[in-house]
Amino acid sequence: MKPCAFDYEHIDELSRACAELQGGNARLVAGAQSLGPMLNLRLARPAALLDISRLPELRGFAESDDGLLVGAAVTHAEIEDGLLPDVTRGVLPRVARGIAYRAVRNRGTIGGSLAHADPAADWVSCLSALGGEVVLVGVDGGRRMRVRDFVVGAFHTALRAGELVAAVRVPRLAPGSRFGYFKACRKTGELAHAIGAVFVDSEGGTERVVMGATGGRPVVLEGEGAMAGTGWEEALETSAPGLDELDRRLHLETLRRACELSETL
Amino acid sequence: MRRKEDDRYMRGRGEFVGDIRLAGMQEVAFLRSPVAHARLQAIHKPEGGEGSVFIAADLDGVKAIRAVSALPGFKISEQPVLAADKLRIVGELMAACVAPNRAAAEDLADSIEYELEELPAVHDMLQALQDGAPLVHEEWGDNIFQQTFVDGDIESVRERAAVRVEREYRTSRQSMAPMEGRGVVAVWDRRLEQLLVYTSTQMPHIVRTGLSECLGLAHEQVRVVAPDVGGGFGYKGILLPEEVCVCWLAMKLGRPMRWLEDRREQLSANANCREHHYRVTAYADERGRLLALDADAVVDAGAYSAYPFSACLEAAQVASILPGPYDFQAYRCRATSAATNKPPILPYRGVARTGVCFAMELTLDAIAREVGREPSDIRLECLVPPSAMPFDNITNKHFDSGDYPECLRRAVKAIGLPEVRKRQQSAEADGRLIGVGVSIFCEQAAHGTSVYAGWGIPMVPGHEQAVARLTPDGALELRVGIHSHGQGLETTLAQVGEEILGIDIERIRVIHGDTALTPYSTGTWGSRCMVMAGGAVAEACKQLRGRIAVIGAFLLGVEAAEVVIEDARVVAQDGRSVSLDEVGRTWYLRPQALPDDVNPGGLEVTVGYKALRDSGTFSYAAHAAVVAVDPRLGTVEILDYVVVEDGGVLVNPMIVDGQVYGGVAQGIGTALYEEMPYDHNGQPLASTLADYLLPGATEIPDVQIEHMETPSPYTAFGQKGIGEGGAIGPPAAIANAVNDALRPLGAEVCEVPITPRRLLRAIEAARASAPVDSATAVEAVS
Repeated sequence: MKPCAFDYEHIDELSRACAELQGGNARLVAGAQSLGPMLNLRLARPAALLDISRLPELRGFAESDDGLLVGAAVTHAEIEDGLLPDVTRGVLPRVARGIAYRAVRNRGTIGGSLAHADPAADWVSCLSALGGEVVLVGVDGGRRMRVRDFVVGAFHTALRAGELVAAVRVPRLAPGSRFGYFKACRKTGELAHAIGAVFVDSEGGTERVVMGATGGRPVVLEGEGAMAGTGWEEALETSAPGLDELDRRLHLETLRRACELSETL
Repeated sequence: MRRKEDDRYMRGRGEFVGDIRLAGMQEVAFLRSPVAHARLQAIHKPEGGEGSVFIAADLDGVKAIRAVSALPGFKISEQPVLAADKLRIVGELMAACVAPNRAAAEDLADSIEYELEELPAVHDMLQALQDGAPLVHEEWGDNIFQQTFVDGDIESVRERAAVRVEREYRTSRQSMAPMEGRGVVAVWDRRLEQLLVYTSTQMPHIVRTGLSECLGLAHEQVRVVAPDVGGGFGYKGILLPEEVCVCWLAMKLGRPMRWLEDRREQLSANANCREHHYRVTAYADERGRLLALDADAVVDAGAYSAYPFSACLEAAQVASILPGPYDFQAYRCRATSAATNKPPILPYRGVARTGVCFAMELTLDAIAREVGREPSDIRLECLVPPSAMPFDNITNKHFDSGDYPECLRRAVKAIGLPEVRKRQQSAEADGRLIGVGVSIFCEQAAHGTSVYAGWGIPMVPGHEQAVARLTPDGALELRVGIHSHGQGLETTLAQVGEEILGIDIERIRVIHGDTALTPYSTGTWGSRCMVMAGGAVAEACKQLRGRIAVIGAFLLGVEAAEVVIEDARVVAQDGRSVSLDEVGRTWYLRPQALPDDVNPGGLEVTVGYKALRDSGTFSYAAHAAVVAVDPRLGTVEILDYVVVEDGGVLVNPMIVDGQVYGGVAQGIGTALYEEMPYDHNGQPLASTLADYLLPGATEIPDVQIEHMETPSPYTAFGQKGIGEGGAIGPPAAIANAVNDALRPLGAEVCEVPITPRRLLRAIEAARASAPVDSATAVEAVS
């Protein structure tokens, strides 16, 4: 269980990463918490790894009135430990604390997790609920996308050739908004079998629920009454048609728990 | 008292196979079968691979691994070191690749081309027994390694039994998962003409025998060293084809060779255990007293008979131990070892007992529900009472001593049964259902010649030997053929030496794990070490004590009968004394001070030991659990867990507690998490620890342990084997607790691990078949 030989390059300039990604069989690596096992199992056989974990542009953060821009190479542990300003009234550190194990959180990055797009990843569901965005940078410049649109399927994103996730935009949450999050797991650190996330900002007129870990892109319902439960089954049926009855019920129950357990921030 | 071995473990100074580096050492990686069943039609070495890629045809003089049992009807399988014509398991070895590092060796394995003719696979033990199933070994004509029968007069009981309960149970295939996997470093010593093998094993002497047979070497040409071993649990009590192959490569290429098993190899190709299926019919009277048991058990033994315990390791024992700690009138059982296209079934802590306890204890709970009585009450009525001890049970197992009913009563008290029953009367605020369950079992351990002779596997334990030697500076060396890999035997055997010779345990060194330094032994398995090696060390120390007394008495100018040995000194009646240092120095370095007729055997003795009876000690334990079941998510939380156990006289209660805690953690794994599923093509589906769920610290409750200490009448200090019990009781106790919680829904789970899907399906099944009342209850929670 050792990887095939690959070239390793420490990247110190964002533009070079984009250029090198464009041609050839190169992959980005930051925390290597998903890519590492895939390399070792030889499921991934890139010719080169471009290490962006220490790229200054990806390691920083910037706070503004409407939210926080988090560099893609910021680790889950840094978020958990409150090393960044928290614009989410505790939501981000709380969700970070539930990701896998501390050893994984020490190395795994928020951008890497989104770019890997495992349906069971916490940031995919959580940020879809909060209305987070990714900032993508490519050879032709940058663009922004909602996380819920960025993840288009299991391990599948809207990234184009030569493009990478540079940052994540987390909106500032208003006092009085509500958030709930529940994962169906049997044990600490296990990948979730179902994720429910709910976010309500009555002042801003947002009500959004997410069913995650369905095996595909997160199932998002939005608008007044999204929490009420009508339409959940239909949305699940439409977006994740392959689920059996037990799984379907598990997803609905998980979201129901997220709503029940949601708290005012 | 601290464990002697912990200083090096805690400070990272242990030395495991993976820590060994020899000059010029090469790494080995294997090409493994991608399919469960196929004919290997051709295999092509890559260009230039002549000296680095080896296939079956290269293995001149190497014999397949054979573990034959003398049980009637046993069919022989040969486990090839490298597959020659047929592949029977995903992960079976097809070629060995040698390179300076593991990655390069894996590259070589990737570059080998081969042609396969795929055959339909036998993926399940029940499928294996159906007519027309594909054959794992064509020459057999069926897929049965062996069947064991116990016959009894069920018919006479059947007619008067008021209650009849029928159930089907299953325990899933598991991969036992020591922290350290297997690993081997082999080097041919040209000076000694000897193969030196470092391997992660529990039984270095048996590996030596197995290697010499497969490689055609004399015993004296093989030296096996088991250095520090990071957990065994039975997985390191077998000879692997990888070990044979790496040794052959070291001889062939004249360079040190190393193979370290990775987690994927361990999970998907090697470590397999526990897969049982039972059909049980039990008969009881109207009060639920068990009268008779009629069972058909099948064990999925995999494709080959593993060395040395054989393919009937589990099934043959199932038939004889299913009756558990109970006394009842009639018993009948058929136990089948079925061959499938899966890795061989291997011993795992609790061997056979975990499945047996699960089947028996769930059956008793089913009877209790049928008659509407407390499950522990119906057990108390048929447990063997202390007044009957020693007791020969219905399958002639000789229970040596103990108070089984008291053990259960204590567990019931400690778990707070009345409080739980009261709590169950009102609904929980979070909608979960509370349940309480018990299990009780006895565990034959340290059983010897008379038991294993009938089984007739390649290894029958006899006398266990120990060497005790006083060194010139008055310290004690103990040499034993067993191996310690977590059991704390470097401490407990030293305690035995201290008990008899009064030498501080800091000055006692226990030497184990090297066939060149220790007496032959079948090794560490069957919870036998404290009884057998402990007994041998005690006997050796007693004989050494006699020799020391003679020399000490001479130095003191008194008769040997007039001295005692206390605090590492030989003491005369008038209080004068000489130290053991002085005794040692005199024998080794100043023999002129001794009389001519001194015993020339000196201060070193080798003694063999057997217990007064070798039918085994019977430790026993009652486990009790309180669980909360979430009927919507299908999850189970263990709220409280109690173990009351009797391991006879405890040499070191702290170490026994550690054994119980560790075993319970593994038992919780069996109950709730661990499963190696296979698809219909025989592909293992949990080849990483992300898929194969092991319980972690947050899944293990704070276990309360109570000890009872009923001495065994047959052992040196009254001690009993206690190493495995922790892993036996949990699946039964937890499943009984879950089923107690599900009682209002009329649902029942009869398979472990109790995953959310299994639990939800059981509720679903109850909903579909329930009468209106419980259907309403089911609706209420769904």
